[in-house]
Amino acid sequence: MSEPSLAIRKFSDLANPTRFLALVATVWPWLAGLTLCLFAVGLYLSFTTVGDYQQGETVRIMYVHVPAAWLSMMCYTVMALSALGTLVWRHPLADVSAKAAAPIGACFTLVALITGSLWGKPMWGTWWVWDARLTSVFVLFLMYLGLIALNRAMDEPTRAAKVSAVLILVGFVNIPIIKFSVEWWNTLHQPASVIRMDGPTISGEFLRPLLVMAVAFTLLFFTLHILAMRNEILRRRIAVLRRHAARSAGGAA
Amino acid sequence: MSHLFYVTVSYIAAFSVSMGLVLWVWLDHRGRHRELERLEAAGVRRRSAREETR
Repeated sequence: MSEPSLAIRKFSDLANPTRFLALVATVWPWLAGLTLCLFAVGLYLSFTTVGDYQQGETVRIMYVHVPAAWLSMMCYTVMALSALGTLVWRHPLADVSAKAAAPIGACFTLVALITGSLWGKPMWGTWWVWDARLTSVFVLFLMYLGLIALNRAMDEPTRAAKVSAVLILVGFVNIPIIKFSVEWWNTLHQPASVIRMDGPTISGEFLRPLLVMAVAFTLLFFTLHILAMRNEILRRRIAVLRRHAARSAGGAA
Repeated sequence: MSHLFYVTVSYIAAFSVSMGLVLWVWLDHRGRHRELERLEAAGVRRRSAREETR
């Protein structure tokens, strides 16, 4: 079998929730272990490197703020890919993935907003300013909350999946706005210093702990995501079983 | 307020929200697992599970 068709077959195999649950049971302890190890190394590096000559100790906020901010956008990108999976390929787990990712994305966005505010106060002299970066991240947080509310408000999962998928794809326009807001508009928030065309402008001393913490946060996201997907699959099984039980009870009466 | 205050509160906030997520996922799984067990104990099973036990 050719490699692309093998990859498609493996992807299709995951459409079976029982196979996916078996995969999650094998993978999650390894992912959780690796996440804990990386957090241990990342936190050690975060608190043993020297402070910045201008920002002092507050530079350590960067090691939780920046990974949380990256994840807030990555999580929405995962949801957008899942929305495509729902609308284009009708993959049965695509909707499960989008629904499970929304609360996790909302939490990481909240962490980015709180830690950003706590970093802003000593550096800018204010907790909050309505500049393009902060406002667009706040809009992202509201979008996550809206999607969670929408999924809870609709009883019929197939209809909820389609409506959410369309809304997620429309909302994806906010991701490039967040990323490039610091270049397109005059903002108090600093421009990008790690993911740049000409390479990172940040010193290696700060970059190392930042990257380790970013990988640790990313692994935490994937661990929580697959576990939340497992919970959503179980929730749907319970709903089906309840319907069967109600139907059998109705038939017997 | 000292810089240490802002750093400490930031790490506490990040840790609390992350732990909240872990707790939510764990409690949700425990709840769903128990619910499935209750339904199966009451004789309500999935079609594939019924075929496996035949």
